[in-house]
Amino acid sequence: MDLAINPFSSGTRLRDMIRAIRACKTAAEERAVVRRECAAIRAAISEGDQDYRHRNMAKLMFIHMLGYPTHFGQMECLKLIAAAGFPEKRIGYLGLMLLLDERQEVLMLVTNSLKQDLNHSNQFIVGLGLCALGNICSAEMVRDLAPEVERLLQNRDPNTKKKATLCSIRIVRKVPDLAENFMSAAASLLKEKHHGVLISAVQLCMELCKASHEALEYLRKNCLEGLVRILRDVSNSSYAPEYDIGGITDPFLHIRVLKLMRILGQGDADCSEYINDILAQVSTKTESNKNAGNAILYECVETIMGIEATSGLRVLAINILGRFLSNRDNNIRYVALNMLMKAIAVDTQAVQRHRATILECVKDADVSIRKRALELVYLLVNDTNVKPLTKELVDYLEVSDQEFKEDLTAKICSIVEKFSLDKLWYLDQMLRVLSLAGNYVKDDVWHALIVLMSNASELQGYSVRSLYKALQASGEQESLVRVAVWCIGEYGEMLVNNLSMLDMEEPITVTESDAVDAVEAVLQRYSADVTTRAMCLVSLLKLSSRFPPTSERIKDIVAQNKGNTVLELQQRSIEFSSIIQRHQSIKSSLLEQMPVLDEANYLVKRAASIQAAVSFVNSAPAATSGGPLKLPNGVAKPPAAPLADLLDLSSDDAPVTTSAPTTAPNDFLQDLLGIGLTDSSPIGGAPSTSTDILMDLLSIGSSPIQNGTPTSNFSLPAIETKPVPVTPQVVDLLDGLSSSTSLPDENAAYPTITAFQSATLRITFSFKKQPGKPQETTINASFTNLATTTFTDFVFQAAVPKFIQLRLDPASSSTLPASGNGSVTQSLSVTNNQHGQKPLAMRIRMSYKVNGEVRLEQGQISNFPAGL
Amino acid sequence: MINFVLLISRQGKVRLTKWYSPYTQKERTKVIRELSGLILTRGPKLCNFVEWRGYKVVYRRYASLYFCMCIDADDNELEVLEIIHHFVEILDRYFGSVCELDLIFNFHKAYYILDEILIAGELQESSKKNVARLIAAQAC
Repeated sequence: MDLAINPFSSGTRLRDMIRAIRACKTAAEERAVVRRECAAIRAAISEGDQDYRHRNMAKLMFIHMLGYPTHFGQMECLKLIAAAGFPEKRIGYLGLMLLLDERQEVLMLVTNSLKQDLNHSNQFIVGLGLCALGNICSAEMVRDLAPEVERLLQNRDPNTKKKATLCSIRIVRKVPDLAENFMSAAASLLKEKHHGVLISAVQLCMELCKASHEALEYLRKNCLEGLVRILRDVSNSSYAPEYDIGGITDPFLHIRVLKLMRILGQGDADCSEYINDILAQVSTKTESNKNAGNAILYECVETIMGIEATSGLRVLAINILGRFLSNRDNNIRYVALNMLMKAIAVDTQAVQRHRATILECVKDADVSIRKRALELVYLLVNDTNVKPLTKELVDYLEVSDQEFKEDLTAKICSIVEKFSLDKLWYLDQMLRVLSLAGNYVKDDVWHALIVLMSNASELQGYSVRSLYKALQASGEQESLVRVAVWCIGEYGEMLVNNLSMLDMEEPITVTESDAVDAVEAVLQRYSADVTTRAMCLVSLLKLSSRFPPTSERIKDIVAQNKGNTVLELQQRSIEFSSIIQRHQSIKSSLLEQMPVLDEANYLVKRAASIQAAVSFVNSAPAATSGGPLKLPNGVAKPPAAPLADLLDLSSDDAPVTTSAPTTAPNDFLQDLLGIGLTDSSPIGGAPSTSTDILMDLLSIGSSPIQNGTPTSNFSLPAIETKPVPVTPQVVDLLDGLSSSTSLPDENAAYPTITAFQSATLRITFSFKKQPGKPQETTINASFTNLATTTFTDFVFQAAVPKFIQLRLDPASSSTLPASGNGSVTQSLSVTNNQHGQKPLAMRIRMSYKVNGEVRLEQGQISNFPAGL
Repeated sequence: MINFVLLISRQGKVRLTKWYSPYTQKERTKVIRELSGLILTRGPKLCNFVEWRGYKVVYRRYASLYFCMCIDADDNELEVLEIIHHFVEILDRYFGSVCELDLIFNFHKAYYILDEILIAGELQESSKKNVARLIAAQAC
């Protein structure tokens, strides 16, 4: 752009500059033009060029609006304001208001000029000053200039008066202490005729009421009559072209007076009664075909709701709102919904009548309206209408769009939870919500659902069947999938055998294999995330116990994940494979049904949102410790200490540690015993310390890792049989565990126990105690080979905690004939140094050869009868 | 009260801003950017109110310009729509069939007119005739 800019004048006219800037095609061009102009302006300012100051300031303001820095112009504003001519002052004040804000120090410098201008003889200049003061003054300036403004309130020119009044509003906002100064002035202003002054005066009164209670009282006493008169006059006035908007004379005045009446009438019965009539008149008389009329009606309704109105008036208000609700104009409906939320506090019944319309609004195209309507519906829900309302909302959930689904889902879930009349209904609703919008459902919602299912035993069959069906239908909703998988795992038999059917259910045929198929499908789905897959693995494990024929197949499925790159899944699959393969004996007890989750407890915990990390798997979402966790090891509640004590692994005893192969099965076993796991370190970390762990276990060592966090304490099947002060929760946990371990029958002497049983080997212990030596026990161990091949080189080893001493006598033979055709016996002698305080516990290990191959088995015996 | 007035073009260019509450220069830019994004993307059939940061913003589109006014949560939105229209009608009367270009080249006059309608974020004059008379008297 080649504009010849004379360096000695400020060059271009304003409009030329604007045209030049608009003609720029790129940002760089624009910057160049702006820079040139700024330079010229800066030069002109520093030279004190008088001629074009006005134009330069205007240019500067334009440049400011484009977003460029213009600090160098601030002082020029001040100089312009101090100039004598009106145009200069005007542009100076405009510049001030645009380029500065009240927080800047420079503003203070204007105070003196302002004072002079406020005292000027030219009314327009006074007006300029008042305007600037009213828009951007700071608190200090206010204190300096308040007296001037007060004086101006009495000025005879209405234009000045109204500006002064509005300026006073800002003064009172900035320095509320000054409110009392303006009280009487405000009251007398209300007697004016000029609408501009009236509007400003009413506004000032409102501000005073907000700032000072004393002012409120004063105005209430003195102004009410005047206000009613103003409203009546303007409402009844004939056509006044100057003030007419939409057929109504000065709706602005109407609205402001109504608002002030609301402030005065709030909480005051007399005042409210006094304005009753005029309110009724305005409400009924005002036409509502134009926006102006509706604005007035809106204010009326607000006022009626805000004061102590008569019931007749309230009914009137609700009716107006009802009309608004069915108006086609979106604005009106939005406003109505807003009002209704406040109206609920006043008269719920009346609002309920409009429920249908409100429900329609939930489905509106406009997002602002939908949000308001949803909030309103939420407030409207009560015991009687919760079922139909929820049904509507859930129906809508199906078709609503994505951004709204989240809000809607959250609201539905909280409604359902709050008003869950009966469990069946709750279940149904949640199922529908999960099917439609499971991805938006928050974790604690579906946790709560599981807690409910666990508590509602009569509904478990129904739940699992419905979930199974839902899983087939809406498999992409993650939460639904998780809940379904958990249920199928837990309540698999009910699914397959159609147990505990409810009346309206139709039987479905699901075979064991179908159930496994369903879970397998989820597991292998590409989109399933780690948590879901982890849950699937657990579920499969449970099914392998509930449906023994499928065990092999499940083993294969689980084994597929042994090499999974996600540590969590790999670990689980390895461990579970191991359980399935090797530990048939404890498998079924391991996988008994979960104990009923304590609902009250759960709710408390959830409320406190404890993030009790679940032991060795942390991918579980924020599950409370009571939550339905995907661990076969059940709930991780009690701290490590008591259990550890139980085994008293801190005792210092000798025995046997063969080198511990750090294979997974070992770790797994340790886990079972709940030793040495912190939850943050996944087992992956454990192998490196597994030798230590093993050491601890078998003998000595420091006290086991008391990390205070719950470790998986699936532990010891027979603990419950011990009269030991074990943490009660542990007992709860194990309630469900019946014993695969045979309970001793009532026997005065110490009963024989099956210390160990696997697919290939059984060991029984029988006990004898010497009278007079209660601490010593002689155990006669008997080994039986359950397999079909003979075992040779049979070696039995045992380890005990520190406080016990053990002596092994040689075995009767080292060959175990097959299929139980004879057994080997060995005698052990144990001395319990803490007899009576701590029970016996023992770890055993057997090694033998089969067809030349070495086999190892190990186990733990804790089902020693009491009193040993 | 009205916290600020914003006039933005369809392309997001700012034509007029007036701030009645304290906002620093940086905050102002941010606010403008946010609101532009919020308002310019709304469809034509939707209501004229958006909720933003706890305030309500009332806007109306006139040809290629969006007139936005940010009010407190307890103000009467329908009335503010009327105030916006009041302003536009006065501009129209003054410029004679006002268009965006008028407001660009005569922005300072638009400001003068706004200053006769609002002070301290409150309405000053409900008579269009009075406003016109005052503006004329000050020979702007």
